[in-house]
Amino acid sequence: MSETVKVPTMAEYMAEGKKPEVLFWVGCAGSFDDRAKKITKAFVKLLHNARVDFAVLGTEESCTGDPAKRAGNEFLFQMQAVTNIEVMNAYEIKKVVTACPHCFNTLKNEYPSLGGDYEVMHHTQFLKSLLDEGRLTVEGGKFKGKRITFHDPCYLGRANNVYEAPRDLLKKLEVELIEMKRCKRNGLCCGAGGAQMFKEPEPGNKDVNIERTEDALETKPDIIAAGCPFCNTMMTDGVKNKEKEDSIEVMDVAELIANAQDL
Amino acid sequence: MQYIPNILFVIALVAGIGYFTRNIRKVIRNIRLGKDVDRSDNKGERFKNMAMIAFGQSKMVRRPIAGVLHVIVYLGFIIINIEVLEIIIDGIFGTHRIFGFLGGFYNFLIASFEILALLVLVSVIIFWIRRNVINIRRFKTLKGWPKNDGNIILYFEVVLMTLFLTMNAADLQLQELGADHYIKAGSYPVSQFISPLFNGMSEGSLVLLERGAWWLHILGILVFLNYLYFSKHLHILLAFPNTYYGDLKPQGEFDNLEAVTNEVKLMMDPSADPFATPAGDEPEGEPEKFGASDVMDLNWAQLLNAYTCTECGRCTSECPANQTGKKLSPRKIMMDTRDRLKEVGDNIDKNGSFVDDGKQLLNDYITAEELWACTSCNACVEACPVSISPLSIIIDMRRYLVMEQSAAPSDLNNMMSNIENNGAPWPFNQMDRLNWSNE
Repeated sequence: MSETVKVPTMAEYMAEGKKPEVLFWVGCAGSFDDRAKKITKAFVKLLHNARVDFAVLGTEESCTGDPAKRAGNEFLFQMQAVTNIEVMNAYEIKKVVTACPHCFNTLKNEYPSLGGDYEVMHHTQFLKSLLDEGRLTVEGGKFKGKRITFHDPCYLGRANNVYEAPRDLLKKLEVELIEMKRCKRNGLCCGAGGAQMFKEPEPGNKDVNIERTEDALETKPDIIAAGCPFCNTMMTDGVKNKEKEDSIEVMDVAELIANAQDL
Repeated sequence: MQYIPNILFVIALVAGIGYFTRNIRKVIRNIRLGKDVDRSDNKGERFKNMAMIAFGQSKMVRRPIAGVLHVIVYLGFIIINIEVLEIIIDGIFGTHRIFGFLGGFYNFLIASFEILALLVLVSVIIFWIRRNVINIRRFKTLKGWPKNDGNIILYFEVVLMTLFLTMNAADLQLQELGADHYIKAGSYPVSQFISPLFNGMSEGSLVLLERGAWWLHILGILVFLNYLYFSKHLHILLAFPNTYYGDLKPQGEFDNLEAVTNEVKLMMDPSADPFATPAGDEPEGEPEKFGASDVMDLNWAQLLNAYTCTECGRCTSECPANQTGKKLSPRKIMMDTRDRLKEVGDNIDKNGSFVDDGKQLLNDYITAEELWACTSCNACVEACPVSISPLSIIIDMRRYLVMEQSAAPSDLNNMMSNIENNGAPWPFNQMDRLNWSNE
């Protein structure tokens, strides 16, 4: 994707004396991971398309501290949190949207008691609200009739009880949504959570992402839909491990909607 | 002489309840060894959770077979205990079927007890088959005492239900014989089929049989009551407080350690004097430990969790780490916590107060390898039918490993130093955070 998209920063908004409707919290994966950057761009296109007045923190954004907290480093987590909260409070942020369930969970649940109280939405929830307000149109386009299964991210699903927003969006794409045998509150982890993304797994007889990919493959999908950059990596690796990467794509819900419209 | 049975009964009752009370006080004392945590909020929601999850068994039935069987045994337990009330009154005052005057309603009660007793018997036998014959992994992986404990409870139930039905069957014969003291009361839809086995027995033998079953039944109940403390079976009592005091936060929300917040605020406060001595009114002593290496570092709700756990293993069977062959088992986390807590309690009983025994929960019970295998996915928390959170213990122990011992796996240390230095878990410069927008 070489085409650049205009991404305003909070600093620019501040300089113009304006405030955006929503802060897009990009997150570390969304900023640096090559695969996740595509999700970020797809989401930005959808925001532009729906004429959402948004901004990002850009270089003022820093890790929410989620992986540090799950690894047990409460100090590092709170240092990150307090620093981020200072920045966000200085910009008088009210509403935040993020495409990462880990950022979403941390910002929504763990920042308030440290002084950071915002309305926090996962991008699938935000897109659903745009859809409901008639600002976004979601049409089947090229995915119409495709077999798609949605992998629930733990930090969106069980952790915060968000199960329907991503599914509602997928249904609008007129796809054939097939549930895995373990889904929603019984969904199996992709293996990345709890800071596992950043370490080798403990000895065992299988990797968690392989186990989960097998769940997904059982549904014979054309596409595995995800709502988390880390799940995306894990499932993509799983599909490659099963040598199915030529027939099965792993895509974020935002990418599916953007691609359906050829944005 | 005629009051000897009454006196013996009162002695058995007082001894049974007395010993049980003594042990329950130990359980409460041990739970209070935990740190304080405020669970006094949202009473309405807490009552609702207790009503739905413990009383209403809402999470049990998510696994329909085990769930429905459990509901039968649970209902049987609660309802048949109304009969125990009658037994106690009869035992103390030497009466027989004191509630018999209720007539039709009494018949209805006894009939329902009998039907429930039969259903309980059937369910318990199926439970035994599930535990010992069918290849169910969460039961198969139990070895030694935990396995025996599970079976002993089932044997108890079989014996108690059989005694109850035998007692009624003999009583029915005696009623039909018009024996003295045996008033015509009750309806016996199940034991009427057992009763013919005793045809032809003399009145004396029948009385002996009826009295024998009656005594063994009530003594059995008292023994079972006292067995609870030594077994995993305390859940029949503790499930209620445990679901009431359960964590109400979203499952993804981990608590922010207050001790850390204070330090972080001090570090971030430009006006703070870095060389200031602590305020004078603070008691001198050990600085607060971050995270948990032993049961006393956990909070009381986590310790209540440990006593409530009935080792069903639904948590472990849902755990992604366990399913893929890692050492972590959330059930073992709870069992270890309880075993260690019991050990600490016995230490206190012996020495008056806790004397360092050179052991702790970390390493002696739970290894770092288990703790690091967790993905924090909350599957174990979601699976628990009585609102136990193995995850919160895992995280508190990770906190100790990282903040007190700097003992994280090296990959995680790299990740954390990246966050510290670059504000991202990977070695990328924070100044490049927006580069994606013009790539």
